[in-house]
Amino acid sequence: MKIIAALKKNPMLVALVAVMLLFQVLIMASGKGSLFAPRNITNLIAQNGYVIILATGMLLCILTGGNIDLSVGSMVCLVAAIGGTLIVKMNVDIYLSIAICLAAGIFLGAFQAFWIAYMRIPAFIVTLAGMLAFRGLALVLLQGRTIAPFPQAYTVYFGSFLPAGATPNLKLTVSLITGIVLCAVLLTVESYKRISKIRKKYEVEAYTWMVSRLFIICAVIMGAFYSFGKDRGVPVVLILLGVVVLVYYYYTAKTVPGRYLYAMGGNEKAAKLSGVNTNGMMFFAYTNMGFLAAVAALVCMARFNSSFPDLGRSYELDAIGACFIGGASAYGGVGTVGGTLVGTIFMGVLNNGMSILGIDMNWQQAVKGAVLLSAVAVDVISKKRKTAA
Amino acid sequence: MKNTLLQLSGIGKQFPGVRALDGVSMDVAEGEIHALVGENGAGKSTLMNIISGIYPYGSYEGDIIYDGETCRFSKIRDSEKRGIVIIHQELALVPYMTIAENMFLGNERGSMFDIDWDETYAKADEFLNIVGLVGLEESSHTLIKDIGVGKQQLTEIAKALAKNVRLLILDEPTASLNEHDSQKLLDLLLQFKSQGMTSILISHKLSEVSQVADRITILRDGRTIETLTKGDDDMSEPRIIKGMVGREMTSRFPTREPKIGDVTFEVKNWTVYHPQYEERKVCSDVNFNVRRGEVVGISGLMGAGRTELAMSVFGKSYGQDISGELFVNGQKVRLRTVRDAIDKRLAYVTEDRKGNGLILSNSIRINTTLANLAKVSRLNHLDVELESRVSNEYREKLRVKCSGVEQDVGNLSGGNQQKVLLSKWMFTEPDILILDEPTRGIDVGAKYEIYKIINDLVGEGKSVLMISSEMPELLGMCDRIYVMSEGRIVSEFTREAASQEAIMASILGSTAVSKGE
Repeated sequence: MKIIAALKKNPMLVALVAVMLLFQVLIMASGKGSLFAPRNITNLIAQNGYVIILATGMLLCILTGGNIDLSVGSMVCLVAAIGGTLIVKMNVDIYLSIAICLAAGIFLGAFQAFWIAYMRIPAFIVTLAGMLAFRGLALVLLQGRTIAPFPQAYTVYFGSFLPAGATPNLKLTVSLITGIVLCAVLLTVESYKRISKIRKKYEVEAYTWMVSRLFIICAVIMGAFYSFGKDRGVPVVLILLGVVVLVYYYYTAKTVPGRYLYAMGGNEKAAKLSGVNTNGMMFFAYTNMGFLAAVAALVCMARFNSSFPDLGRSYELDAIGACFIGGASAYGGVGTVGGTLVGTIFMGVLNNGMSILGIDMNWQQAVKGAVLLSAVAVDVISKKRKTAA
Repeated sequence: MKNTLLQLSGIGKQFPGVRALDGVSMDVAEGEIHALVGENGAGKSTLMNIISGIYPYGSYEGDIIYDGETCRFSKIRDSEKRGIVIIHQELALVPYMTIAENMFLGNERGSMFDIDWDETYAKADEFLNIVGLVGLEESSHTLIKDIGVGKQQLTEIAKALAKNVRLLILDEPTASLNEHDSQKLLDLLLQFKSQGMTSILISHKLSEVSQVADRITILRDGRTIETLTKGDDDMSEPRIIKGMVGREMTSRFPTREPKIGDVTFEVKNWTVYHPQYEERKVCSDVNFNVRRGEVVGISGLMGAGRTELAMSVFGKSYGQDISGELFVNGQKVRLRTVRDAIDKRLAYVTEDRKGNGLILSNSIRINTTLANLAKVSRLNHLDVELESRVSNEYREKLRVKCSGVEQDVGNLSGGNQQKVLLSKWMFTEPDILILDEPTRGIDVGAKYEIYKIINDLVGEGKSVLMISSEMPELLGMCDRIYVMSEGRIVSEFTREAASQEAIMASILGSTAVSKGE
């Protein structure tokens, strides 16, 4: 019973597992290898790293009240254009260039945030304007051409694998040890939380339940790190993603400003009358989006080893889609970083699986559209049923 | 006796937790002006919404017999087809459309795919002529936003005429009009009457009612109390007031031994302007104070400016161009934001718990702590367990009926929601609580519990300012009562001097005086 209840609570997680299994069966049946092949797991991470970063920022914007940011794709392109110009064309110091890129992202975000939060111009309009303007500025900076290649001294920070240049055996050992360490940390933290809860006489989940939950999580972690070890090693970008996800998970779930963000999306007037600086929260959400767009730009520059005019095209839609598939409410106030992560992986697996199967790109688009609508529809309908009951 | 145009028999209406109407019967004769009076919440607007089909057939009990036929309206269109038109207190006009476009909105001239604008404007001018709007500088091409409230009201009436109205229902038509415009509107009603039209007039302004009505039906607590007929009955204001307030005390109040101390909160020369209409004063030169351990009431009709006063005091949450001085424990303070107000230990418990008070989609725990997260966090890190514990304490203390503190407040009954809202503000540890309609829309049992909580609060030495439209509640709970009317404090009563008649007379008297100016 408990298992069913838990599954009902996380319908997208169930759907994700189902889709993964479906693709695995289809891919194996058509003799095109495996979705879970080591190389493919690494690819999945590389292909979707920027989406995770952008979707996390987008989630904060959506939480404020269903507001979205259409300009993130263009911001990625503009920041990448700045980065390319500095690093490749002007040979500026790499750390300084990274700092300037991040500052540029924060500035672009803050500029839009000012109009949205303090002038109360609808976010849709401000960011639509940003989408056009930033893309235009990027094209001006790039002069319509591609800047490439980036020096290895730069790409090593976002596109390489650890341990670098080691033998396959050493790679596998290091990967597995990293996986074991992560699992150990997870187990320690969870046990500590449980013990302190018991000591304070709070309710805790059933022991068997906790063990099986942690077992599954550890199995997934070990599986992933085994794959990394078998392939090229642990992707460096994974560390960055881990940090972003953890920091924003903590911010949304455990902090006072995070709580204000949800309160604002749930009922802005009530939040205001409870002393929440709603304009300030809105300003933060959009400024932060600019910052994360810059982070995503740094990742993209390394991944594509270039800055080009079409970079970041329709990234905003990937990010928005991931949030909504991950259970964020289009009216704000509902959604989690964990859900967004599941949503991103879901979209990623869908893309990746269909590509392996060799499905026509145009059909892929159509399928993704249908999935987005049905995911949100299922969410809305199940909520309606819940309130009716 | 003329024909009966409309007959209501045994009308009842149940809202979740509240019985709004109970066996209401009245009849309206063809060609008369029939006034409907009663206190806030007596059920006047609900009754009119039933007649006009806003509450469809099946959602209420009883029969509506109109023009000899039993009617089963399922939407407004149905009643309008029969010539019943209602003009609400909140005007239903689109600001960026012209007078004529508004007048024929939903009733367009020409055909579905080809609006005849020439006819629209010609007809509009014709009707405007009847209500006396033509001859002024406005034409039917003027945008609604560019004309004053009085003219907007006349536009509404012209719109009703364009629908071939037989029975015109006006809900507080003169509430926002000045003396001149009000008189013009009343004259118009009398003129229509002479042409055979029937109207139902809902109004708080009893002088107007006495002036134009042929008959007056008094509603109280969702029941018809009596109908007064011109010529047969005394239709003076005191007589009407007696009918409106003369109820037995059905609800009881917990007793409290007042222990009143020094003045804790004082407001001096407080003036607030409307947030949109810069020239409109919502509160004008208001002075009041509250003492330690004291419950002070503010009485007044809807729109008197009570909520606006409270919100403007509470960190300037309402209005613009606010002037005046605030003193907390004798010290002058400036409260620029809600946060300032909370820090000075003020709390404002809103009248609109769903719209302004609670986050319905969130749990009791999250709602309880929202206004004082500092108390359950360290360095911005939330202690969820501590949150659960404190919200559980309040749940037990205020006896909130729920499955647990993780239940969403949207699924609670009104009374329990109100308790959660009170928990939220008690959790900010205020010294001065402003309670705006603390018992609106909740049942008698829950009301009694809220009263007990209020008594406990002042027992602890806090000060309570209670805004309420229910006079027995103010009389039963308050040590002092201020009466507010049209943005001003017009009188102050001690517990001993206060009575329903005195307060009502004070409100209505001040209205008459200011109209006479």
